[in-house]
Amino acid sequence: MSDIYQDNTEQQAEKEFTLSILTENKPGMLNNITIIFTRRKLNINAINVSASEIPGVHRYTIVMITTRDQVDKVVKQIRKHIDVLGAFVYEEGETHYQEIALYKLPTRIFLGGNHIEQLVRSHGARILVIEEEYIVLEKTGHKNETQELLEILQPYGILEFVRSGRVSISKSKRKTEKFLEELENSTTHILYKKNNNGKD
Amino acid sequence: MEPLSKTLETKPEEKRIVTGSEAVILSLLEEGVDTVFGYPGGAIMPIYDALFGYEKELNHILVRHEQGAAHAAQGYSRATGKIGVCFATSGPGATNLITGIADAQIDSTPLVCITGQVPSHLLGTDSFQESDVLGISMPVTKWNFQVTRTEEIPWAIARAFYIAGTGRPGPVLIDITKDAQFGKLEYKYKKCEKIRSYHPYPHPDERKVLEAAELINAARKPYMLVGHGVLLSGAENEVIQLAEKAGIPVASTLLGLSAVPTDHPLYVGYLGMHGNYGPNIKTNECDVLIAVGMRFDDRVTGDAKKYAPQAKVIHIEIDPAEIDKIIKTTVAINADAGHALQSLLPHIIETKHEEWLQEFRDCDEIEYNKVIQKDMYPEGEKIKMAETIRILNEITGGDAIIVTDVGQHQMVASRYTQFKQTNSNITSGGLGTMGFALPAAMGAKIGRPDRLVVGIIGDGGIQMTIQELGTISQYNIPVKIIILNNNFLGMVRQWQQLFFEKRYSFTHMHNPDFVMIGKAYGIPSEKIENKDQLKSALENLIATEGPALLEIVVEKEENVFPMVPSGDSVSNIRLE
Ligand SMILES: Cc1ncc(C[n+]2csc(CCOP(=O)(O)OP(=O)(O)O)c2C)c(N)n1
Repeated sequence: MSDIYQDNTEQQAEKEFTLSILTENKPGMLNNITIIFTRRKLNINAINVSASEIPGVHRYTIVMITTRDQVDKVVKQIRKHIDVLGAFVYEEGETHYQEIALYKLPTRIFLGGNHIEQLVRSHGARILVIEEEYIVLEKTGHKNETQELLEILQPYGILEFVRSGRVSISKSKRKTEKFLEELENSTTHILYKKNNNGKD
Repeated sequence: MEPLSKTLETKPEEKRIVTGSEAVILSLLEEGVDTVFGYPGGAIMPIYDALFGYEKELNHILVRHEQGAAHAAQGYSRATGKIGVCFATSGPGATNLITGIADAQIDSTPLVCITGQVPSHLLGTDSFQESDVLGISMPVTKWNFQVTRTEEIPWAIARAFYIAGTGRPGPVLIDITKDAQFGKLEYKYKKCEKIRSYHPYPHPDERKVLEAAELINAARKPYMLVGHGVLLSGAENEVIQLAEKAGIPVASTLLGLSAVPTDHPLYVGYLGMHGNYGPNIKTNECDVLIAVGMRFDDRVTGDAKKYAPQAKVIHIEIDPAEIDKIIKTTVAINADAGHALQSLLPHIIETKHEEWLQEFRDCDEIEYNKVIQKDMYPEGEKIKMAETIRILNEITGGDAIIVTDVGQHQMVASRYTQFKQTNSNITSGGLGTMGFALPAAMGAKIGRPDRLVVGIIGDGGIQMTIQELGTISQYNIPVKIIILNNNFLGMVRQWQQLFFEKRYSFTHMHNPDFVMIGKAYGIPSEKIENKDQLKSALENLIATEGPALLEIVVEKEENVFPMVPSGDSVSNIRLE
């Protein structure tokens, strides 16, 4: 109705959404999902694919910044794919999530005293490996946290930086297994018998 | 080769070892397939070899271009309600199918396309005639799958038919590597009846049904729009019952045409850019809009922001992704159209809306005086498209299957054709694919030999798939072909006239002699230019046994009106 097209700020405001998608483990699924975004010129900010707790079922976690209206449409398109079992949208606060970041730094900067080590510790990062030439730090957290450490380390000469896609677990109490059970038992796979006038 | 009957009678404990190729054919037969449209080539040769032994059971039509195979399968499906099947080889064969598959996808037409693929050990090596058919077809299929192991063949085909034909139908592609075709398997077939991740028939939510009924019962100006979903669901009777019970005027989208007979007292006409006047402007005056099995295409809505802003919208739709996609609904019933309407009907109070209906009739009169009369009974020497359709209606009595291509002739035919029976209008709606009509008409006639099939095609569009005259001739497929020749890419020329200051950039056509072409294929062909020949030439076309072609030279610079300018509100429909 008309008011939808007026400035419905709730629907039209851009924010971050986390999509959690359960699929059958079939070849080509990643492509099948990403083309839905490509076609609409929507950016995926982060994506992670992993096995779920159910054998043969994969979980995709996608982070995107868009409007509620748009995310709802995208999720419907994703659900439409034959091998997608379910797709759920979460807003900030509806999931527990983490990203992991790795920072590669020259070993020499650690030699000049414990200033930098302190910095690392105060940011909840840990030293993953120490090699002659470089040291790899690891930090798990939300993007703003790993980003903050990145910016702090920047002046010391970062050799390489990488951040993983988001992994996220919803706050809902429902078991995935239960959800699949409901899918298995649903009766929406056949058209209910019509009394007469179907096609010949 | 063992007879088919033996296979089908094989008891489950008996082992039957066949090649993958033969399994393809046997699986198709289990799905009740009687016709395949296709074209052979290296990577699908084993399947063609197996086909050779089943000539009696399976009618294979050798088209002249794989695009023709896909459109023919679409025409077959749209005319019969069955699933269309086509074969093509790898690489160019498969890529030639893509236009037809994309067309079937956007117009919800069930197809099963089987393509050959290079042997599995060569996949990804840029081997001869290798293309990534799965990747290419992914965005335009409902499902696709590559078979690299022979044992997967019956499973994949069973799944393909289930997916293509259920829920919102669509095209499915199965790509089979050559080694999988050659391999052997123990053949067993089990129809697919369920896929846990696929829920094609959501049940209508009883609360939504009651809410919808309440809206309809309280409406003073209810208005129903029917789309392809009504035909696909077989919900024509339910639509008519609802219209009659609640006194609701009904209009149709391009693909919904023929669901409700044109002469039904509550049928008010055709929607969209070149639709009827009343059906368009009344969209913005109704109080409850009931959309059944349609998806608010932009050719129907014009500017969606100015589409029915005053109305409460009820959307009955099987595909949840269509709900609230373009037009926000007040109540959505996510279910098969027939199922939803059957649930709704008992809650509807009988009523009439005579004054409201009269408003549509008043609009008809305006349109008649400004447009229709001049179109149907034009003055002057030159033949006009609309009068051709008027005379054709008189000859067919509204009983023909009309297959149209894309352009002005399509819009004129859609505006003026009389339909008595359902599933009588076959056209490329969503994709607007020129070249659709000739092969689609051919497929429709093969599917419905009992019905008269007339293809109405522009001089531009026919040349996109004209080689299918070869197929029509070889199999003596009795389609009646009308070429409405205006020597222009007419619809584009109309836009150039109206919106590009008459700069006719590359829309004029120097055409071949269509009659000579027809005759070269052995098809009785005639050309007319004068009005006084029109009736007898059309009568002659229809009366000719077997295929026949009639080229009608029409007014060169005719425009189709009414018209909702692209992106404008339906209220701003122009009559001239
Ligand atoms: C494959 C394809 N290419 C281009 C178009 C764009 N197009 C739409 S209508 C049209 C003109 C069609 O001309 P013709 O077949 O002569 O029919 P007319 O409009 O004159 O009736 C064109 C070029 C299209 N719809 N399909």
